[in-house]
Amino acid sequence: MHRFANPTRFVALSRAVQPWAAGIALATLLAGLWFGLLASPPDYQQGETVRIMYVHVPAAWMAMFCYTAMAGASAAALVWKHAVAHVTARATAPIGAAFTFLALVTGSLWGKPMWGTWWVWDTRLTSVLILFFLYLGYMALENAFDDRARGAKAAAILAIVGAVNVPIIKFSVDWWNTLHQPASVVRLDGPAIHPSMLTPLILMAVGYTAFYIWVLCLRVRADINMSKVRALKLRNAG
Amino acid sequence: MNGFGALLRRDLKLAYRQASDSLTVLAFFVLATVLFPLAVGPEPAILARIAAGVVWVAALLAAMLSMDRMFQSDYDDGTLELLVIAPAPLELCVLAKATAHWLTTGVPLIVAAPLMGLFLNLDTGGYATLLLALALGTPSLSLIGAVGAALVLGTRRGGALLSLLILPLFVPVLIFGVGAVEAALTDVSARPQLLILAALTLAALSLAPWPAAAALRQAVE
Repeated sequence: MHRFANPTRFVALSRAVQPWAAGIALATLLAGLWFGLLASPPDYQQGETVRIMYVHVPAAWMAMFCYTAMAGASAAALVWKHAVAHVTARATAPIGAAFTFLALVTGSLWGKPMWGTWWVWDTRLTSVLILFFLYLGYMALENAFDDRARGAKAAAILAIVGAVNVPIIKFSVDWWNTLHQPASVVRLDGPAIHPSMLTPLILMAVGYTAFYIWVLCLRVRADINMSKVRALKLRNAG
Repeated sequence: MNGFGALLRRDLKLAYRQASDSLTVLAFFVLATVLFPLAVGPEPAILARIAAGVVWVAALLAAMLSMDRMFQSDYDDGTLELLVIAPAPLELCVLAKATAHWLTTGVPLIVAAPLMGLFLNLDTGGYATLLLALALGTPSLSLIGAVGAALVLGTRRGGALLSLLILPLFVPVLIFGVGAVEAALTDVSARPQLLILAALTLAALSLAPWPAAAALRQAVE
């Protein structure tokens, strides 16, 4: 990890990783959509609408994963003053917010035919909504300072404070009686869904993660380049 | 302990001298509560149904409005830099400031709450639990608010940004605070909710000073 605190080395790594991430993302997303939309069975209760699961569940997983990555990167930045960690956290925030939004919207679209309502204030939905606000708060705080370094550090503290929400999201369906379905994949007893449905789900999850890494590489390089541009402007202005 | 006592005394003295600050927050609490009967109509059944929630939300908003008072004036006149380099641990200073904030903002809210319950036609069974829930929950509001207030020092439009940061973290306190009163109103034991409120306050007490102190150190760098 400390090897890649050198921005040049990190940029070289991201250049190497990016095409692979893009390729894996496209391949697994296409495969996952094929299996999910066409080659997997409809649910015995929900019929064809179960196929929203293949878009909704990986998005929710990514929402939590991105926040954890953001909080981890923030902790690395604060503890080890890792040069690229702040950049990574800053780049992850909009991606995570987008995944959270996707999870909320697809969940709402799934909820209307399934539960009869677009929204319900149970713990899972409320805590994911709070996660969305935490992402927005992170981005707002980051941009609210004239001194970019100060903004990055303040936002890092916020990211770590908000990390307490992620276990609440995960375990909310076990701790409370909620309308949302309890955990059926990541449980101590192992997945409770049939392999024919688990396969597209995992494929989509891998695809979403690869997509995240692809966009992250792009954003981190863009951020590092912007810092260089800013430094050049300052030098030429003086 | 010396530093804690000295800082607490200083903040309380300052708040007492500038008493209009605390009274303004109290006035906001009352006004915000009063807006609801005017908005939803005076029908007693509806007001009784929303009473606990309205009192809690008004308390949350009033607490939030007063949050920037915690560190802003010290940040502006340089006292904060002295606190950061003082021998007393900065986390202890944060605790002192949060305690002073709770005493000057939280406690007046708790005192005014029964009157607000009266305005909103709260059932008689709910008053004691409302007071106890507020007493258990408002300290965590001050502590979580300290984190937010420390983070927004030196930003533009800190007040609005503060609400975006802190309100998501207030939500558990709100949910269990209202849940306790609702439980008492339906003759079910409010003990689980009150215990969780106490747990949230204890967690805030032990966890909040650290990010707040880190943010304060960022602010004076």
